[in-house]
Amino acid sequence: MSDAGERPLLRVRGLTRFYGSRVGCLDIGFDLWPGEVLGLVGESGSGKTTVLDCLSGRRAASAGRAEYAARDGAIVDVLRMAEAPRRRLLRAEWGVVHQNPRDGLRMTVTAGANVGERLMDLGARHYGAIRGQAIDWLDQVEIARDRIDDAPESFSGGMLQRLQIARNLVIRPRLVLMDEPTGSLDVSVQARLLDLLRGLVAELNLSAIVVTHDLAVARLLAHRLVVIKSGEAVETGLTDQVLDDPQHPYTLLLVSSVLHP
Amino acid sequence: MSRYNFAYLDEQTKRMIRRAILKAVAIPGYQVPFGSREMPLSYGWGTGGVQVTASVIGPDDVLKVIDQGADDTTNAVSIRRFFERTAGVRTTTRTTQATLIQSRHRIPETPLAPGQILVLQVPIPEPLRWLEPREAETRKMHALEEYGAMHVRLYEDITRHGKVAQTYEYPVIVDGRYLMRPSPIPKWDNPKLDRNPALLLFGAGREKRIYAVPPHTSVRSLDFEDHPFEVERWDRPCALCGASDSYLDEIVVDDKGGRMFVCSDTDFCAQQQGRREDGEP
Repeated sequence: MSDAGERPLLRVRGLTRFYGSRVGCLDIGFDLWPGEVLGLVGESGSGKTTVLDCLSGRRAASAGRAEYAARDGAIVDVLRMAEAPRRRLLRAEWGVVHQNPRDGLRMTVTAGANVGERLMDLGARHYGAIRGQAIDWLDQVEIARDRIDDAPESFSGGMLQRLQIARNLVIRPRLVLMDEPTGSLDVSVQARLLDLLRGLVAELNLSAIVVTHDLAVARLLAHRLVVIKSGEAVETGLTDQVLDDPQHPYTLLLVSSVLHP
Repeated sequence: MSRYNFAYLDEQTKRMIRRAILKAVAIPGYQVPFGSREMPLSYGWGTGGVQVTASVIGPDDVLKVIDQGADDTTNAVSIRRFFERTAGVRTTTRTTQATLIQSRHRIPETPLAPGQILVLQVPIPEPLRWLEPREAETRKMHALEEYGAMHVRLYEDITRHGKVAQTYEYPVIVDGRYLMRPSPIPKWDNPKLDRNPALLLFGAGREKRIYAVPPHTSVRSLDFEDHPFEVERWDRPCALCGASDSYLDEIVVDDKGGRMFVCSDTDFCAQQQGRREDGEP
């Protein structure tokens, strides 16, 4: 086993965020191992997205640590990093997939530029090579090659989300944060996207944290789950175990609330 | 003459502007905020350049003022007369004789010499403005050297037009660090920014920013490895002086579609014409 395998990629302890006197999330802790997909599940307003936002730096955490094993071997606390190295780390090693693809894309420039921007951020300066990689990634996320010079404005919701995924994966990130990646899509499009994501996760050995309120999505994508209620983690475990044999009453409620057509 | 302080601005203001200039020289390409004053000309006519000029000019200086390459257009004549009247300095149209040159949107074709100062008037100093409207965010992008978005713009140009379509105020990296908008000079002039022996000062009056390229500083135009930076080319020489190594303006000469291409730099053109008449048969 390699060195990286012996240490979690991300170790979160005591992650807490207050909104004034209200709790966003309280004392959240988990380990994310390389190649693992961790699901954060819970109902709207439970604090899932707050956890993700604290990790990605969109919000400041009130307390806690999140130790990340960087590519160069250093262990850094992403909650306490200075802004410059944190943004650099985010650009070079992380990906963030937003629920609304418009938040993660530049809607006025072409699809190729959207994918290429991440490479140019990292210093790529060969137009042909950047374009080549963009085409490659459009193939991987099943967007027709001839759409490379079209603006995302002309794309459907499912295509936008796939484009956003391509834009994030093109730099071969070590950790991807996804916030309800299939949230705004209808079920058939959602199924195709999930299929694609599962394939990419397995193929690239991605480590990811997926926030979702949809337990079906969680079952398909995540290896392990953290169930969050009112900002606190109430249950943690392997996905099948949590969903098939829920222990906490809240998890039980969530599982029994799923509709079956 | 005696009704004005030397060079119009009061001494406190000049000191404030000189401090901004010193900081700008110390951090090449960085936009230094300064307390821009009301000047007796309107925004867009060179209020920034005039304030920088007023702050660095001395009684022994010889001033040249250029407007789009020409010494004899309204803006150039007015600013030249302004300093004649308020500072009593000598003026010239010859690039080689000037110690201080204020210019709107051109760098003279005649190479500048060590000791000379070129002051450029800048309407919009922020190169990232059309990519990111928030000033707080663009400052952060400069601080963290996040310039990938600027390359996105060049990428889009190549994708749509097959080449970078930007022909003026072509973005540059100064001293390997700061992204700079070189005032709206044509990209023809960009190579002259690189390691120029003169001091280049940029003043934006409305936007209240001063920045500088100190002598012999590296200035690199952004490009891609497989789409290198190129300057404009013309398929004919200047119709007046025959120069084939200068930036040409297209001038409509009649209402039947007649046009001629002549040097934009009037002093350079005059020198070339004089040289032709003088000597070489």
